[in-house]
Amino acid sequence: MRYEAPTTTKEAANLLAKAKGKAFVLAGGTDLLVRMKAGMLEPDLVVDIKRIPATRKVTKTASGFTIGASVSGAELGENKAVKKAWPGVVEATELIGSDQVQGRCTMVGNLCNASPAADSVPAMIAAGAKAAIVGPKGKRSVAVEKIVTGPGKTSLKKGEMIESISLPKGGAKIGDAYLRFIPRTEMDIAVCSAAVCLELGAKNVIKKATVVLGAVAPTAVTVPAAAKAIIGTKLDDDALDALAAACEAACNPIDDKRGTIEFRTEVAAVLARRAAKIAFERAGGK
Amino acid sequence: MSDNNQNTNFTNQEFKVVGSRPERPDGIDKVTGRALYGADTYAPGQLVGAILRSPHAHAKIKSIDTSKAEKLKGVKAVLTSKDLPDLVGGAGPNYDILVNCMARDRALYDGHAVAAVAAIDENTARKALKLIKVDYKILPHVTDVDEARKPNAPIVQPGTRTANVEPAPTKDSNIAARNQFGHGDVDEGFKQADVIIEKTYKTEQTHQGYIEPHACLASVGPDGSGELWVTTQGHYTFRTVCSTLLGLDIAKLKVTSSEIGGGFGGKTHVWMEPVALGLSRKANRPVKVVMSREEVFRASGPTASTSMDIKIGATRDGRITAATADLRYQGGPFPGMWGLLGAMTSFACYNLPNVKTVAWDILVNRPKVAAYRAPSAPMAAFGVESTMDLVADAIGMSPVDFRMLNAAREGTRASYGPTYGPIGILPTLEAVKNHPHMTAPLGPNQGRGMACGFWFNFGGQTATDLNISTDGTVNLTIGTVDVGGSRASMSLIAAEELGISYDEIKCNIGDTNSLGHNDTTEGSRGTFSSGMATIFAARQAIDVMRERAAQKWEIPVEEVEWKDGEAHAVGVHHSNLIPLSLKEIAKASPRTGGPIAGHNETVADNAGVSFASHICDVEVDPETGSTRVIRYTVVQDAGKAIHPQYVEGQFQGAAAQGIGWALNEEYIYGEDGRLQNAGFLDYRIPVCSDLPFIDTKILEIPNPDHPYGVRGVGETSIVPPLAAIGSAVSNAVGVRMDHVPMSPPRIRAALKAQAASEKAVSAG
Repeated sequence: MRYEAPTTTKEAANLLAKAKGKAFVLAGGTDLLVRMKAGMLEPDLVVDIKRIPATRKVTKTASGFTIGASVSGAELGENKAVKKAWPGVVEATELIGSDQVQGRCTMVGNLCNASPAADSVPAMIAAGAKAAIVGPKGKRSVAVEKIVTGPGKTSLKKGEMIESISLPKGGAKIGDAYLRFIPRTEMDIAVCSAAVCLELGAKNVIKKATVVLGAVAPTAVTVPAAAKAIIGTKLDDDALDALAAACEAACNPIDDKRGTIEFRTEVAAVLARRAAKIAFERAGGK
Repeated sequence: MSDNNQNTNFTNQEFKVVGSRPERPDGIDKVTGRALYGADTYAPGQLVGAILRSPHAHAKIKSIDTSKAEKLKGVKAVLTSKDLPDLVGGAGPNYDILVNCMARDRALYDGHAVAAVAAIDENTARKALKLIKVDYKILPHVTDVDEARKPNAPIVQPGTRTANVEPAPTKDSNIAARNQFGHGDVDEGFKQADVIIEKTYKTEQTHQGYIEPHACLASVGPDGSGELWVTTQGHYTFRTVCSTLLGLDIAKLKVTSSEIGGGFGGKTHVWMEPVALGLSRKANRPVKVVMSREEVFRASGPTASTSMDIKIGATRDGRITAATADLRYQGGPFPGMWGLLGAMTSFACYNLPNVKTVAWDILVNRPKVAAYRAPSAPMAAFGVESTMDLVADAIGMSPVDFRMLNAAREGTRASYGPTYGPIGILPTLEAVKNHPHMTAPLGPNQGRGMACGFWFNFGGQTATDLNISTDGTVNLTIGTVDVGGSRASMSLIAAEELGISYDEIKCNIGDTNSLGHNDTTEGSRGTFSSGMATIFAARQAIDVMRERAAQKWEIPVEEVEWKDGEAHAVGVHHSNLIPLSLKEIAKASPRTGGPIAGHNETVADNAGVSFASHICDVEVDPETGSTRVIRYTVVQDAGKAIHPQYVEGQFQGAAAQGIGWALNEEYIYGEDGRLQNAGFLDYRIPVCSDLPFIDTKILEIPNPDHPYGVRGVGETSIVPPLAAIGSAVSNAVGVRMDHVPMSPPRIRAALKAQAASEKAVSAG
């Protein structure tokens, strides 16, 4: 196995592009190293991106925030500006793993690991996050929901890696929230989850909304019908009932050791309802 | 009975250091990383051992081709069952252990060992495992305890005929044995009942979840002598079993117990240790084997999954007239005593005129079941205690009053046979009844439950040495592995007897070459039995010191008394003799007759049964089925708490494990018979934030058969939590759970089923 630690994104992309056999990007390693130790993966090339300065920082830009691919969950949690603008995204990222894992794990790693149960992904999608992809042919920006195509699968082409995630500015009338269900209180993986981002218009009526569910389908599911159910409302009970019904209809989960189809479907809707209430409050709604 | 076991007037005993709370002597090493656990020793030339395991729940092993693995550079030995010939006669418990260590003609469960290698490093060992080709013929399997009882179930062990059944069965089945206990006439008793509740329950399989995986370093020389460093609860038992399976002389295998990172019964049994010794013998090099977490789940010894029918009848005024239990316990692919223990413990808390318990031991294609803290009692208690609450509710009595009215007491004939001496069930119930927890207010979706538990406790064979150094400090060598702070307790006991300070005692766990046989640390016996042996060993050393003093003073030894760490001459005509301290006697010992020591070898009988009553508050989220334990109180009889803090630790640890079992822990098998959740991610033991601080109350109802009144304390408190939580859930959201764990999907399903039936009732 070859280990490389380049200092530019371009160099990293070139290494990945030229790699023969199985090549993996290493950021926090909280998925990759565990799998290697368990004998589930035997990479031929590991490209450590932590020495690339562009991946190590959180930047405030004219259009919002750029979060480097090797910024850890704990580092993101310490960034007051991002936390203020996108509390749901930050909370979702901080739910990954344990305190120890938080010191290493990254949002981009969570995304590229492509688990249907990834915590940060529904929150990023709801917030309208974009991924900056660097590859042999240059840079491109892609909406986060286009990255994961199935369990363990992404739309990244050979030689491509994500350098950073960009989030919009947010605003006083915008609120987001993420909730997941786990049987324990921590150190667990979502049985199902829900992220809601909404923007209020005049008189605290919901103007825009995005509702995204996790762990109820092969990839995170955006539920336009659920968003539609609450747009134009002040999140009254009927609107919440309609949101929950739309969420249940959008679920396509599996029965497995972590939960049944029935349980995941019902609880995803419960979480969406609760997340919508939190997001509404965060956007200044009453 | 030896005259050691004379009754002492313990009830009025005043202790100087017993009952205090000094820091454990092993604590600093454990928190600084200096302590050596199973995987922490190394030997020159050591190889790494690794085990190939069956991916099938049940398969015939047609052939194993190890030739490619043997040729791999760095591989020093490859082992199959051919290298572990049957020296134990092809049947019986030792044969089952042999078969479990290494599959012979059939793989009996997912994870069953089929071959092993020893290589120069881990990578080579892993590569070698991949080069071993096993030709399997997959056989039908059964993993569920109820499915396995059905007439057409796949037979796990051909030749199994249910034991203790008249007439003897003529067909093979998966029912290994029937066991029955009880007295009176239950049919007659149920006729006298005003209320009869009968209910079926099911509990899933759980694992002890010790944090340290199984690990050992084995070395066998060409002369047939060997050494084994291993994480174990019973190094003497490991020595006997390993020697027997490998054909070694018992005295020539030295087994040393490492520090142990949790056992809870799971380390009373050998798993890969005979394989490590076999690899070492074949390679003529030391071999270290460390199980992965996945291997621990798949191939060590979880506890039984069960199903049971419980029936209790009572009069309107709250007297139980009859009780029965029909219990089904699966023990994996080998017969065990798991059903038997369930049948013995199920109604042990109560004074019953008519009681009958019948247990069935069932074979399935799961790992060989081992002991888990009060083995078999928690499941039976879940059924019995849940039903007790239902009966109490039906007759309109409080659960505590109903239990108090029917509690066993001194002179009660236990449902499993013996007549009780002084016991603590009623005092624990009284303490619960009067506890402020019982009347604390509850919020929405919160409920309170209480339940009782029983465990036998065990004494067993024990040998202990106490040696006094010339500076007056003391080496106490015991042979029971310290699984819960017993070195602190033993040091307190030795200090109490000798009249010196706790810090002057160094307590060691002796290896198998340094003491006579000690039974495994199981049945909560460590402090009871080694404590007893320590008292007698210390008293023997005191007798030696009295003799030395008598010799110096030239007076009869009868006129020398030991008090507060000193020899005193008794009587007015010796009043001018200045007492001789232990230090002075020890210092003079080289010139007064040599080393001063005491030792004791005993069978510690009458361990003293222990009872506990628990109170539990939960909050259930009805929309998700999520249940949090928000307050928990343990009341248990300790006999005499030598080190109260570690007694409390045992109560808390047992309750914590019971809470995990009640709410989330379970072995989940797929249709293919393979374990789906062999890791701590999806086998959910509680994490710190899942538990409230667990309050404890120690009661001391002395055991008359121990000089200080000690009873075992380690196990009893894992018995009540399943039912206490079940009743708390019932009181919180109105559903009586009959299936453990009460995981969120099960609670949600129960709530929905109830809502549907209520709707049907109101519609009708």
